[in-house]
Parts: sequence; C-alpha cells; structure tokens
Amino acid sequence: MAAANQPLDASIPPDEIAERRWGELIIEGVIRVAGISSIVIIALIFLFLLREGLPAFLDIPLRQLFGTRWYPIEEMFGLLPLLVGSLIVTVGAVAISLPLGLTTAIYLGEIAPPWLREILKPIIEVLAGIPSIVLGFLGWIALAPLIQNLGAPTGLTAFTGSLILAYMSLPTIISIAEDALYAVPKEYRDGALAIGATQWQAIWRVVLPAARPGLMIAVMLGIGRAIGETMAVMMVTGNAANIPSLGSGIFFQPVRTMTATIAAEMGEVAQGSLHYSTLFAIGIVLFLISFAINALAGRLVGVEGLRRSRGGML
Amino acid sequence: MTDPLIAVRNLYLTYADETEALRNVSLDIHRNQVFVLFGPSRAGKSTLLRLFNRLSDLIEGTQRRGEVLLAGRDIFAPEVNVSALRRRVSMVFAVPTPLPGSIYANITYGLKLAGVRSEEELGRRVERSLRQAALWDEVKDRLESSAFALSGGQKQRLCIARSLALEPEVILLDNPTSGLDPISTATVEESLYELKARYTIVMVPHSVQQAARVADNAAFLLDGELIESGPAARMFVHPQDKRTEDYITGRFG
Repeated sequence: MAAANQPLDASIPPDEIAERRWGELIIEGVIRVAGISSIVIIALIFLFLLREGLPAFLDIPLRQLFGTRWYPIEEMFGLLPLLVGSLIVTVGAVAISLPLGLTTAIYLGEIAPPWLREILKPIIEVLAGIPSIVLGFLGWIALAPLIQNLGAPTGLTAFTGSLILAYMSLPTIISIAEDALYAVPKEYRDGALAIGATQWQAIWRVVLPAARPGLMIAVMLGIGRAIGETMAVMMVTGNAANIPSLGSGIFFQPVRTMTATIAAEMGEVAQGSLHYSTLFAIGIVLFLISFAINALAGRLVGVEGLRRSRGGML
Repeated sequence: MTDPLIAVRNLYLTYADETEALRNVSLDIHRNQVFVLFGPSRAGKSTLLRLFNRLSDLIEGTQRRGEVLLAGRDIFAPEVNVSALRRRVSMVFAVPTPLPGSIYANITYGLKLAGVRSEEELGRRVERSLRQAALWDEVKDRLESSAFALSGGQKQRLCIARSLALEPEVILLDNPTSGLDPISTATVEESLYELKARYTIVMVPHSVQQAARVADNAAFLLDGELIESGPAARMFVHPQDKRTEDYITGRFG
C-alpha cells in the first residue's frame, strides 16, 4: 500500500499530507457523531419514558393495568380499552388505505400515461402536507354527520377515525410504493412481455414481487403513521374509553385511542401522581408497538434483501 | 426457394421526437437459419428486432409505415393477439432478465401463461429447453433454487431456455452476449448451431466478428437504412457496397 502511494505522495509536501489526514479525521469524526447521536437520542427518550412510566407498572397490579376499566378519577387504570381503541382505528385505517394506496401506486407507476402521472404525483405529495388538525375538522364537520346518517348512534366513531387516518397515510403509502415500483428495472417487464405475458400478468408476477421490499416499507410506514396520529383522531373518534361490543357494529362505536388519552389528560394531572405515570406507561406501550412494527419491517425486508443478493444482483 | 418466414416490406419507423429509426427497409428471413442484423450504433437494428414481436408497441408516439409479415400474415393487423405473437416470436435481451423465483418457475411461467397445466408436461419441457440451451447439466440438481443465484452466462442461457420452452418459431436475440465473458459467449454461440435446426434465429450481434462467426445470412444497417443483405459467406468476404466493406474492415463504427 505505502509503496504504491509513494509516487502520488511524492509531489505533495509532507506538511500538506498531514493536514489532509487531519481534515479526513475531523470529517469522519463529525459524521460518526451525527450517526451515533440519533441512537443516543432514542435511547434517552426511552430512558425518560421508563423513568416516568415505571411507577405505573410497579404500583398498579398488572391485572388492573391491563383491565377493562379506565376511570382515572376512581384510580382505575385499565389500559385495555385504549389499546383496543387504537387497534380498531388502526386496523380500519390500514384496511382502507392499503388496497387503495397500493392500487393507486400501481396505476401511477405502471399504467397511467406519463403526462397524467406528472400531474397526479405532486398533488398526492401535497396531501401529505395537510396539517392533521385540518383533517380533524373536516372529519368532524363533513364526515361525522354523513356517518350518523348511515345509521350509527353518533357520527364520532372508530370508523370516522379510520377514514381520516387512511386518508392521512395514503400519501406516504402511495409515494413510497410508487418509488419502489419505479426502481424495478425495465428489463424485468420486457422479459415477461417477451414470453407472452399481458401487461397485468407482468405487473402481478414480475414487478410486484421485485418491488416487495419497498412495498413492505410503504405499508409499515403507513401503519406507523396511523397508530401514532393524535389530533385528528381525538377529534373524530368520540373519545369514549369503552371496549366496543363485538359484532358487525364494532367499527361504528365511539372509542378512545392511546395517543388521544395522553393528549387529552396530560394537562390535568398532578406531576408525579399515579395517573401521571400511567400516561407515560401508555407512551411506553406506544413506543414498544412502533418499535415492533419497525423491527418486523426490517426483518421482512432483510430476509427478502438477503435472498435477492445471494449470488450477486443482476 | 420457399416463402420467407419473416418478410419486411418498405418499413418506416419514426419515434415521437421525429427521429427516423428505420427508412424503407425490406428484407426476407427464411426458416432454420441464423439471420444477423449488424451495423453501428443507432443503425436501427434493435428497433427492427423489437418490431418483429411488437415489443415496439411499448414505446409511445411511434409512427410506422410498411409491413412485417410472419408466414405471410401481417403482424400489425388489428385481429392479431399480441401475447400469442410474442410466444411465436420470442425475445432474449442484452441484459439477462430472470424473473424473481426459482429456475424451474422461470421456465414454467411462460408455459403456464400459454395454458400448459399438466405438471408432467411442464417438467418435460423444462428439461428439454434447458438441454437445448446447454444449461441442464449445470442446474439439474438445483431447479428449485433462485434464478438470481446463477452466473451471468447461466442467467442468459436460462432466458434462452425460457424462450425455447414456449416452442416459438422465431427467437430474437438482442446482443445476447454483451455482458458475458468469452467462455460463456462461446457456449451461447455454440448452442445457436443446434438451435437453428428447430428454430429461426434473428440476432443483433455483439461485434462484426461475432456476426461473421454465427450468421447464415446477414443484413447491414446504417442510420436506419438497409445497405445490403445476403448470405454471410458473401457479405463478410465480398461485400458489394463500399460502406459495408468499410464497416467490416473497421474503417468506421
């Protein structure tokens, strides 16, 4: 190595070489600190959550903590209604946004003529920038009466929240999924078409499998957006901390999500009280859920990526 | 001589940006031979090749005049089923394009689209096409492993096998050895000698040398025009047009 570098270095005075090495070291150092700092920050956030929320796990019997009754005034802290509320709203949102988002992405990436795509894509990306509180308003004023007219006892239901959330996560899903489709080499499509596949067959059998890791990420980020959203959901889900009764009407009852509970009650609790630390405990649960979603996404993409790179890419 | 399998009649093709890719091209391609389209870049070779199975349909805004006849029938007639045409006139690209999935699935995919259902028939065709593409001995013990795990040369022969499995009449090869090392190139070229007994092969070669090695008949294209065509033995030894001679002897290109 050193011998090979000599002719190059010979033309540069030794001082300057030392200077360049320092420059390299400093830049490397800065980049390393920047990279590590995000890990440190996440670790600190989690530690902070733990410190504030741990008393709830220690002082409230687990049976009560995961019980069905959330009445903080009566010292009853059952998280189950909130968990179920978040779950129902999120599942509903994903059930709406996933098929809609993926088919839109397929249309944009594979079927739409270029000029239409040039118009649609920026518009969809603008949707991502609408403040969630505005969507909450929209849901409250426009959507809720509509749903009440459908026969629900009130317009402020889990389904209303799901609709708003689906709308909010659509731009994320579409944008990332479309990028994933776009990254599939044109040769794959040609290869399938050249042996007699129709356009739809080529999309289904070749383009979608090839884009799978990217599509997975799109789905996971969409779910993450749905489960973490607070304001809009708080406005339209009715905020009743009840476990909805099972049956066909499960989506048409008021619920309260974990995020909405924290936002609504944080201002009223005494710092250090049991109620206070229970709200942080909810934060810990949320943190763990989003961590699990990310880990799952990483695993799915990781396995797929490995399979793909075995023996070298194309 | 018998009727040509592919007949090109006064073909013009203009792209959306008004560039003329092909100008008044006419030629005949007969059965069971290797027909080579050669010439410098932007001569229109690949454009012509892609017209033969209408992959050119995918480019928007092209304008075409003239005819391409396959066994006497116009391939651009409105009643033509494009998928069926592409099974009769199959194509292998410069970059090997295995599909996501196993080696076995790569070959059976096109067959299943064509309506072959019986597992026995599928297995038989997989073996036969892999043998024809000189790949069988290398992969027979790992048909279920991913096609991406193959080497570049193997991937390309897999793509050839995938086309052969459909039992097409014509195989279009668009510079099939561009990414391959000399040994893999030789393997692919050798397989052409055996394939032309059963199929008609139209090929855009990697180089003039390759053209001379594999061609039975050849056509020289330059800037979208057909300069001359004829038996390879004459074309590469006594070309009639000065431009052909200059290109073959390396004076330009």
